[in-house]
Amino acid sequence: MTKTITDVICPFCGTLCDDIEVTVSDDGKKILEVFNACAIGNEKFHHAMAKDRPVRPRMQQADGTYKEVSYDEAVEYTAQMLANAKKPLMYGWSSTNCEAQSIGHEIAEAVGAVVDNTAAVCHGTTLIAVQDVGIPSCTLGEIKNRADRILFWGCNPAHAHPRHMSRYSIFPRGFFTGKGSQSRKLIVVDPRHSDTSKLADVYYQVEQGRDYELLQAFRTALKGEWLPDVVAGIPKERIYEGAELMKSGRFGIIFFGMGVTQTLGKNHNIDAAISLTKDLNEYTKFSIMPMRGHYNVTGSGEVLAWQFGFPYSVDLSRGYARYNPGDTSSIDLLIRGEVDSVFTIASDPGAHFPISAVKRIASLPSVAVDPHITPTTEVSKLHVPVAFVGIEVGGNAYRMDNVPIDTRKVVDPPEGVLTDEQFLERVLIRVKELKGVKA
Amino acid sequence: MTEFLIKNGFVFDPTLKIKGDVADVAIKNGKIVETDAVKKPKVIDASGKTVMAGGLEIHAHIAGPKVNVGRIYRPEDKLFNATAGLKATPTHMNTRMEGGFSIPTTYKTGYNYARLGYTTAMEAAMPPLFARHVHEEMRDTPIIDEGAYPVFGNNWFVLEYIKNREINNTAAYIAWLLEATKGFAIKSVNPGGTEAWGWGLNCLQVTDPVPYFDVTPQEITTGLIEANELLGLPHSLHIHGNNLGNPGNYTTTLDTLKAAEGHKAKNKFHREQVLHHTHIQFHSYGGDKWANFESKARPIMDYVNKHKNITVDVGFVTLDETTTMTADGPFEHHLTELNHLKWANVDVELETAAGVVPYVYSPDIFVCGVQWAIGLEIALLSKDPMRCFITTDHPNAGPFTRYPRILKWLMSQKARDEQIKAFKNSDKVVNGSEIASFDRELTLYEVAAMTRAGPAKALGLSHMYGGLKPGLDADVAVYNFNPEKENSPDEIEKAFSTVQYLFKTGEKIIKDGEIVSNGNKRTLWVHAKVEENPQVMRDIEEKFVKYYTVTKGNYEVHGKHFIPNPLAIEVDAT
Amino acid sequence: MPKITLNLISGRTIQQGVAIEAGKEKPSYREACGIIEIDPVDFKQLGAWRNTNVRVTSAYGHVIVKAVEATQGPHPGIAFIPMGPWANQVVNPRTYSTGMPTFKGTPIEVEPAPSEEVLDGIRVVQEAVRGAKV
Repeated sequence: MTKTITDVICPFCGTLCDDIEVTVSDDGKKILEVFNACAIGNEKFHHAMAKDRPVRPRMQQADGTYKEVSYDEAVEYTAQMLANAKKPLMYGWSSTNCEAQSIGHEIAEAVGAVVDNTAAVCHGTTLIAVQDVGIPSCTLGEIKNRADRILFWGCNPAHAHPRHMSRYSIFPRGFFTGKGSQSRKLIVVDPRHSDTSKLADVYYQVEQGRDYELLQAFRTALKGEWLPDVVAGIPKERIYEGAELMKSGRFGIIFFGMGVTQTLGKNHNIDAAISLTKDLNEYTKFSIMPMRGHYNVTGSGEVLAWQFGFPYSVDLSRGYARYNPGDTSSIDLLIRGEVDSVFTIASDPGAHFPISAVKRIASLPSVAVDPHITPTTEVSKLHVPVAFVGIEVGGNAYRMDNVPIDTRKVVDPPEGVLTDEQFLERVLIRVKELKGVKA
Repeated sequence: MTEFLIKNGFVFDPTLKIKGDVADVAIKNGKIVETDAVKKPKVIDASGKTVMAGGLEIHAHIAGPKVNVGRIYRPEDKLFNATAGLKATPTHMNTRMEGGFSIPTTYKTGYNYARLGYTTAMEAAMPPLFARHVHEEMRDTPIIDEGAYPVFGNNWFVLEYIKNREINNTAAYIAWLLEATKGFAIKSVNPGGTEAWGWGLNCLQVTDPVPYFDVTPQEITTGLIEANELLGLPHSLHIHGNNLGNPGNYTTTLDTLKAAEGHKAKNKFHREQVLHHTHIQFHSYGGDKWANFESKARPIMDYVNKHKNITVDVGFVTLDETTTMTADGPFEHHLTELNHLKWANVDVELETAAGVVPYVYSPDIFVCGVQWAIGLEIALLSKDPMRCFITTDHPNAGPFTRYPRILKWLMSQKARDEQIKAFKNSDKVVNGSEIASFDRELTLYEVAAMTRAGPAKALGLSHMYGGLKPGLDADVAVYNFNPEKENSPDEIEKAFSTVQYLFKTGEKIIKDGEIVSNGNKRTLWVHAKVEENPQVMRDIEEKFVKYYTVTKGNYEVHGKHFIPNPLAIEVDAT
Repeated sequence: MPKITLNLISGRTIQQGVAIEAGKEKPSYREACGIIEIDPVDFKQLGAWRNTNVRVTSAYGHVIVKAVEATQGPHPGIAFIPMGPWANQVVNPRTYSTGMPTFKGTPIEVEPAPSEEVLDGIRVVQEAVRGAKV
């Protein structure tokens, strides 16, 4: 007899779908079928079953190959590396649960590490902008139930958050939006005619790198002020029309993504987008929300904030918490050569950092904790495979709108494989011994 | 567990009616016991010092989504106030790093309450959908016992049931939600107004109908009082009324308070009020514009003094730069329009909203001075300190760490006069308020009522907290303050800033002002048993299927990772 | 050989998402992300067939990827490499004191390199970091 587990949470993207159903074998060890998930989520659940998955830590040898070691050895190497470093970087945290993050933070506090999450290469600039100008936002259910104006700016949910549009933003029939997508006008701004923009009622093909100008032009148009004939490749008539369309809604939302956070202007682009949202509240109700990537990058920021006061790039090396992106941020620290060991967990900087930063990781004492084989694990000195959070162990995670959802375990991890929490707990105990911290 | 005997202190305790007599307090197995019940106690010499029960915070924003928005978006709040943690003091007590002023980190929050002699605190507004977040933060707030009030005043279930006058269903839903979120009491913030804010609107008066739902704030408040008494919950309805922060709002406040008329408390917890109005300072404003802004503390307190089924907490303005945060979404939008500081807002599906805006209560601004005066007037006009409690609506009117300064102002006319003189617009403050004419100075006995026995009774927790009666939890604070000496205002403030000793459920937490234990914090919640109600259960199922973006199965808070040490208060409403 | 100048952006695709969950050591990752999407008008200038390997060079590095026709266009003048180790060989790593590299908007040159190999996701990184010293 197989059994079906309902209300399963998909541990892939910030959409954090919680309606997945998974059929598992009688013994609870095999995932047989996954329902309701998108192509990516489906793949993630099935990949946990891969036969060639590493199940023991692997240490890099002099010739660059890897040799299996025990978890005991892995704990010892990791604890020694962190305890002996002057300023270790502990990066990632976005694909694990909040409980593991908490234990990691205690380790970081004891050794004086820099703790950073994947916002560093994702919505870090959004957080800077929020610190500058605030953020009027809402939960995704407010969009579903009320929103009649939806903007996607520099994001492509059709690819990056595949079920976003069907669950929350475009298609669902909500309390005040009974006609679903017919209740809503969709505006898309993107330099590429993306698959999301193909659904749009209005599409603006902004010149790449000119988002700031176009955002400020919309703010100007809202007030009916003068604009040049063309801004960021868009004729002014279309900008006035767009401003009118936003104003005429009852409840609007701007979703934005890497198209604005990673483009020149960076936090200033987001400043402008948030200011546009705030301006729109003079006329109607408007919100704005970053399309967070990893399923629990939001949670990492939350836990860091309540424990240390800052959402990412937190430098604990002086014994108290400091925060100054550009100074205490991973990419800058790596490229400037200011950290002397790198601990990576639940993320893949090897694939997603510029190569000059990856070179630094490869040259330092380094540990990568990840269920998968990744470019990071394959350039780090030690790879510690762990259970998949949200599949083989539960734990709390935060959706892109900061709603906390407790992920579920659906199958056992492979025999003997530790969870993030278990591995970190052992490292913490050893680190405290090495540092003489009272237990 | 170790036994303790706290000897020869000046004891102030309304539950025992001890007004500063020299007495001993004995602790055994986590409880206060008769002094002859301890055999070989460790003796704490409290001679020349003040001994009280642990303080109770009845209303503060210390855990959860909007508090954390404050932390995230105000890095400047951590400037120059961070302290070291494990790395710097490895062999010392295992205390964690601390940071933040108006929105301290969770660790700092727990430590700071303990330093002030507080042992229990209530998080004043928990958005149900974010209950897990609130509980995670409370888990990481050491030492103090905590509970959280889920917000109901703009909840769609409540609006619909009350519109149809279905009080039984309202109560059944409340019981379900308290259990689902592990909540402690019924909170209502700007009833109806926050739902209207979903469309950028507000309900400023108690008769303004809520858009679409077509029910009024007055009806919501009355309905929630009735549901609360039907269930017999430990605490009463805890309300933040409509029209907060606006000149002339005291009439709205009186309208809100009138909802309590004719209602009587029904519960087994010795609670007498049916309505607790929070941070009433923000609701006691006269004038009709900022230019003629004035205190209406007197008409408000006249009403409160006359009506024994009402309690209030003050929300003292402390004249600091702080971070305002409330489920009153439209108010925060109004505030950002006034001060043009950064605005954060979170509307929560089917339930509530929240806004956050930094604010500077500047002694140079006349309105801030009058707000300061109103807070003090409310406390000084109160005829029953068991019904008027000290809060700053942390961090809205100021951080809770200013309680010692507030005590200074309440206990010393000289301290008030000094502050009045220091205002830039001293004359205007004096004209807009009565504070300069007040000579009342609160006694420590009254302070103990306003910070211990009173809140404990209002919360329905007088069987655990608020006094030094044998059988109560051994939460005891010893302050280095000799009430028989002549104390200058600054000596008052200093003495109450850090306890000499603190005990929490019998464990020594602070010794000589230093934290020596992280204690064994508990999370309080109310488990209300009601008759099965199939209609409400069907309604819940339906709303989750149709309108929520999480499933019902993923809404309820379960597990040790959220609440490692729960303490359920049982209520049987069947 | 003709060489064209384009403006590079990187970002997610659903194929990239599926491939990273299927395993970054697998060929599917290279097929999903070891590519550059080029607009038809730019292809004309490049003088290469669709699905030819090309060398992409920026001020920060170079990489061999397979040139394919833009799937989400038209966007003349813009090239797209899905986020991943191939794109990251050439993107502008500068953060300008924001902490965020400039992943979008890197000037690149593209030239046909039909005889060169597109490395897999692990090797493209390992080769690049080989010999890296502190």
